[in-house]
Amino acid sequence: MRSLSRISAIFLKELAQLRRDRMTFGMVIMIPLIQLILFGYAINTNIRDIPVAVVDQSQTALSRILIQMVEATRVVKVTERLSTPEEAEAAIKSARVRAAFVLPEDLSQRIVRSPSVGRGTPPSTDEETSRPVAQWIVDGSDTMIAGAIKSLRSMPLSELNRQAPNRSTPTFEVALFFNPEQRTAINIVPGLVGIILTMTMIMFTSAAIVRERERGNMEMLINTPVRPMELMIGKIIPYIFIGLLQTVIILGLGHMLFNVPFGDKTLDLLIGTLLFIGASLSLGLVLSTIAQSQLQATQMTVFVLLPSILLSGFMFPYEGMPLIAQYIAEAFPATHFMRMVRGFVLRDAGLVDLHRDVLWMCGFFVLGMTVAALRFKKRLD
Amino acid sequence: MIAPASDIVVRAEGLVKKFKNFRAVDGLDLTIERGMIYGFLGPNGSGKTTAMRMLTGLLTPTEGTVEVLGLSVPKDAETLKYKIGYMTQTFSLYGDLTVLENLNFMSTIYGLPRKKRQDRIREVMDRYELTDLKDRFAGKMSGGQRQRLALATAVLHEPQLLFLDEPTSAVDPESRRHFWEQLFDLVENGTSIIVTTHFMDEAERCHKIAILEAGQKRADGAPKELMAAMGANVVEIEGPNLREIRRHLLGTAGVMAAAQLGARLRVLVDDDIRDPRSFLKEKPETDGATLIEQVRPNLEDVFVTATGEGRQ
Repeated sequence: MRSLSRISAIFLKELAQLRRDRMTFGMVIMIPLIQLILFGYAINTNIRDIPVAVVDQSQTALSRILIQMVEATRVVKVTERLSTPEEAEAAIKSARVRAAFVLPEDLSQRIVRSPSVGRGTPPSTDEETSRPVAQWIVDGSDTMIAGAIKSLRSMPLSELNRQAPNRSTPTFEVALFFNPEQRTAINIVPGLVGIILTMTMIMFTSAAIVRERERGNMEMLINTPVRPMELMIGKIIPYIFIGLLQTVIILGLGHMLFNVPFGDKTLDLLIGTLLFIGASLSLGLVLSTIAQSQLQATQMTVFVLLPSILLSGFMFPYEGMPLIAQYIAEAFPATHFMRMVRGFVLRDAGLVDLHRDVLWMCGFFVLGMTVAALRFKKRLD
Repeated sequence: MIAPASDIVVRAEGLVKKFKNFRAVDGLDLTIERGMIYGFLGPNGSGKTTAMRMLTGLLTPTEGTVEVLGLSVPKDAETLKYKIGYMTQTFSLYGDLTVLENLNFMSTIYGLPRKKRQDRIREVMDRYELTDLKDRFAGKMSGGQRQRLALATAVLHEPQLLFLDEPTSAVDPESRRHFWEQLFDLVENGTSIIVTTHFMDEAERCHKIAILEAGQKRADGAPKELMAAMGANVVEIEGPNLREIRRHLLGTAGVMAAAQLGARLRVLVDDDIRDPRSFLKEKPETDGATLIEQVRPNLEDVFVTATGEGRQ
């Protein structure tokens, strides 16, 4: 009974302090808003309108049509016209353009012989015909840009002769489930819930205990009969509500702005989010018992936040990482939440389907709370 | 005469606290009886706060045993916390909470029964003149107001024993006087109080004091007793060139200390010298003195003889 009323006293105290801390309160709302708009629009793996230079050495009607065809793909956008490949190289080096399209003088002859024009396959012994019609010089340092331009490599040219593009049968049929339009926002927005919760939850709680110490309240607090676990629980409850509020903001706004579905598993989503919030908060509390100042607490938050963004599968597919990085990623709650939230929101999966992540999160929460409570000493030495 | 065990609130034997190689408290023995104000008098760094923290269980003694209100510390520190109140040296309540919110918080933390809580809060707010301030933020109050709030929270749960760590270092003399009157009210109602201070006038108000220096107890007892048993007589000299007289006297055998107080030089002369007045008069340095008279010792004299340069 005493325990419960003490926890509620700490909860009410934290709430009152939080309400008066306008900066923190503002961050609770502004962080998800700004990040959502920033990431939702900025992160896009469907690359379009790469600025390129054109070096047209043939200067024919055909070359102009070819350039228009390339532009029509919307992958690239011609921003400069140069006369030599050397100039193009310089333009790439100075980052004015990411690639250059070089059309040689003998473009017309190359096109006539090219198999991609669709006049049947010439004998492969004919050396002339195996030559491509033009060249792309690409800034290959960015693999995403390079990949996008590589996709132009075997662009069909049959339209040049006003023929229908030759319809070849693909080797494999690919059926895209869950995100058939391949919109990046669908993948980003639910993942953003994980990133923002990691950031705010750990940041707020990692300062929670340290703040008492910095403001000189700790000596008084440890002189009272309050138990460490009561203090820990009382301190995290306000942030559970804040975490849920942020989740609602991100998913709600994501639905309005980017048309990201909610999925039907609302209850699973709620439980999963609560578990993740709990795990993040307990991690924050552990950091708080280690940090000596609020500055250190913030620094430690960044230490957790970066791998959560980079390794959790939020930006880069988990499967593409080397095994050791995957093991490290497994240690962060964000990785498990990323799987859960995308599962619930996009794939209609439930807690049962993702029970391994659910169990892991429960374990992390209990362990975190225990470690934080054990590390919190009611002593000064 | 040894008081019966139940009348002893603090009993400490051979208390030592080491921080790395520094002995903050070095072999302290204490016996503090119920129903009095007991003061730890000492300069900064003398181990007052460290000693007090060991008594409340905030610090673990390196050596020695502590028993407070019959409980062994630090083993039973958590049980003890319900029975003691503690006022920290610097204000440690929440500056961004109001007076009432702070009191509500602390009363719940101390597990006061719900029904009793509001009555008790009203009572302390009334007694410590906080009723009109109840919606003020603690951080926005004056030193004296904060101190009253700190005392009010420390006694909310009606502790038997109250620890005050330099309680009046941030308040004006008027608030200080008032504060001490309130402490005596508490004692009248059966509370025992342990207080640390480096103010002589404050120490003089205590029933008993212990003079601490370098983590050791130099003297203890009632201020009056300590003055009587000081082992020195006090002579005041008036006249010109007091600074020079002081310099000469300090090197003389039999003179324990000399300090100027305005137009007078206060000299502590060893007990062994039967007539301290003529002892000084006969010194050639005091030829120009217009007045030499023996005066009553005060606590500062006790402090000087017990510590530092005056100690032999």
